[in-house]
Amino acid sequence: MTSPMTRTQDGTARAGVEVRMDGLSRHYGPVVALDKLDLTVQAGELIALLGPSGCGKTTTLRLVAGLEDADAGRITVGGKDITHLSASKRDMGMVFQAYSLFPHMTARQNVAFGLRLRRIAAATRDKRAIEMLELVGLSTQADRYPHQLSGGQQQRVALARALAIEPQVLLLDEPLSALDAKVRAQLRDEIRRIQLEVGTTTLFVTHDQEEALAIADRVGVMKDGRLEQLAPPTDVYSRPATSFVAEFVGLTNRLAGTVSGQTVTVRGRDLPLVDPSTPAGPATALVRPEAVTLASDSTGDSGPLVGTVIAVTFLGATSRVTVDLGDTTILAQLTTADAAELPAGSRVALTIRPDPVLVSADSPALSEA
Amino acid sequence: MAVVATTEPGARPARAGRRASIPGWVGTVPFLAYVGVFLLLPTGIVIVDALKNPSGAWQFSSVTELGNPLVRTYFIGSLKLCLISSVIGAVFGAILAYAVASGNPDGVVRRLYLAASGVLAQFGGITLAFAFLTLLGPVGLLAHASWFYDFPWGIALIYAYFEIPLMVLVFMPAIDGLKVQWREASENLGASAWQYWRHVGGPLLAPAFIGSTLLLFANALSAFATIEAWESQIAYIVPQQISISLSSEVGLSNINYADVLALGMMVMVAIIMTGYALLQRRASRWLR
Repeated sequence: MTSPMTRTQDGTARAGVEVRMDGLSRHYGPVVALDKLDLTVQAGELIALLGPSGCGKTTTLRLVAGLEDADAGRITVGGKDITHLSASKRDMGMVFQAYSLFPHMTARQNVAFGLRLRRIAAATRDKRAIEMLELVGLSTQADRYPHQLSGGQQQRVALARALAIEPQVLLLDEPLSALDAKVRAQLRDEIRRIQLEVGTTTLFVTHDQEEALAIADRVGVMKDGRLEQLAPPTDVYSRPATSFVAEFVGLTNRLAGTVSGQTVTVRGRDLPLVDPSTPAGPATALVRPEAVTLASDSTGDSGPLVGTVIAVTFLGATSRVTVDLGDTTILAQLTTADAAELPAGSRVALTIRPDPVLVSADSPALSEA
Repeated sequence: MAVVATTEPGARPARAGRRASIPGWVGTVPFLAYVGVFLLLPTGIVIVDALKNPSGAWQFSSVTELGNPLVRTYFIGSLKLCLISSVIGAVFGAILAYAVASGNPDGVVRRLYLAASGVLAQFGGITLAFAFLTLLGPVGLLAHASWFYDFPWGIALIYAYFEIPLMVLVFMPAIDGLKVQWREASENLGASAWQYWRHVGGPLLAPAFIGSTLLLFANALSAFATIEAWESQIAYIVPQQISISLSSEVGLSNINYADVLALGMMVMVAIIMTGYALLQRRASRWLR
């Protein structure tokens, strides 16, 4: 958890504030964008809202920012009801996907804009703008216009601009989505470093699971305007609350099995259940590729956990191996060095690590990655 | 026997098929020919004729005619009319363009508006002047406007009829270029609607607005048929005086004088269009 302290202009620290959403709803005609959302962001916490397009994550952010009105529900910041407050009075900093810097202003003028509106003296706001640009590592580019900056630099300036007004809450609307992979990873880490440093309560919207898992104190996975799960990144990944979460966050093998007691039997192996109250009977177990290990099999025996490698996908440090088990296929994630020993066509024996697995409520499928 | 492929230093890679090499600039030939024949050639002829006397000898003294008080009156008349009609057209056209741009970008209203503007921006000349005369003239059907023949306000109103739709057409892309994120970002930083327009929207649109106004000015400067139909007995503006100089019915035609007046107009248009191009360049960098 982050330190819930925010620096003020005079250098003293102030506590971050709690943001609370109660029964927040938003409809676009017949489409339900947000369905009675309840969510509390602790003071100084960074919550990443993750989900596919149309799940309601951006709508949530826009309602908190005041850029749209909620049909029902309540938003409080530090205990104060801001549901009907205009966006300009909410004291929130926001970073948009892209193109939000004012193109006729330099980086310094962009950062100082919010302070100018607050009638801060020119010398003070200039000093503050430079401080903020230093924070994001761009003080040497202060007099450049947005079109003279790269995409990553522009987003850094946008972050500095959002932080310059010392907002109670920082809202990040997919700020990295328009950047290339390397810059995205760098800036993601930088956002986290700065957020930890200033301690502002932050809501971060993304559709990139890796980004969400890497940056957040807690991840909220959304679907159809509702929160499917809100938990620390490790829990979301290793103990998904629903099959949607399990399949949206990371890859998952769907393997037919039978629930009995507190375990599910998959291809002869008993695996513990995430939810011990799962009703007995046939079900689909969701098994992570990294829970599957492979070993070369030269015995020629057949069995439920013996198959043939049909593809190896190189991913850098790791590789993904697809194995044909006869009646289904299964994915395994191995180190690239291990995967190199198992080229396509190799006979392999599988082992499934007994991690707690989730059972999908829908009809059992054979296997799907 | 092994075959070894060798490549000489500097040799080009072989191509599968042979293709005639056509320089890139060849594609611009039709356009350049058009510009040459219909713009540069007439411009050159006018400039040369303005600097020659009727016997073909070079003389620069005729250019000093541009300083003649009477000639200045025509230029001032042109400037007044163009300024008033372009400012009226720019202000009302910008408001209409903003109203249309605020609606559904794929809506019927917008498409109708743009189509109508495209037609009305070209609807000048005798027909337009006659339409106004029959509606608002001294014996008009709608009103008996006593000021209808006042220069420049009467004719400026008629000019506004085609200047406003022209403004809608040329200014709409600039308004479309204003990104929603800029408004939302300024709102998020604490700006009121007025502060947004003062610090963000206004400065961003200013080059496009001034540039479009200059285009309207140039458009009004070149208009002739409308004002000639409105008042053919008195010359108020330069094109009318050029017409009189070319086709006097009482033997007073003076082609050299007309060329000098045309040269003066060319200089004005060149200055205006240079300003327009510079402003458009800035606007397009901000609003692309």
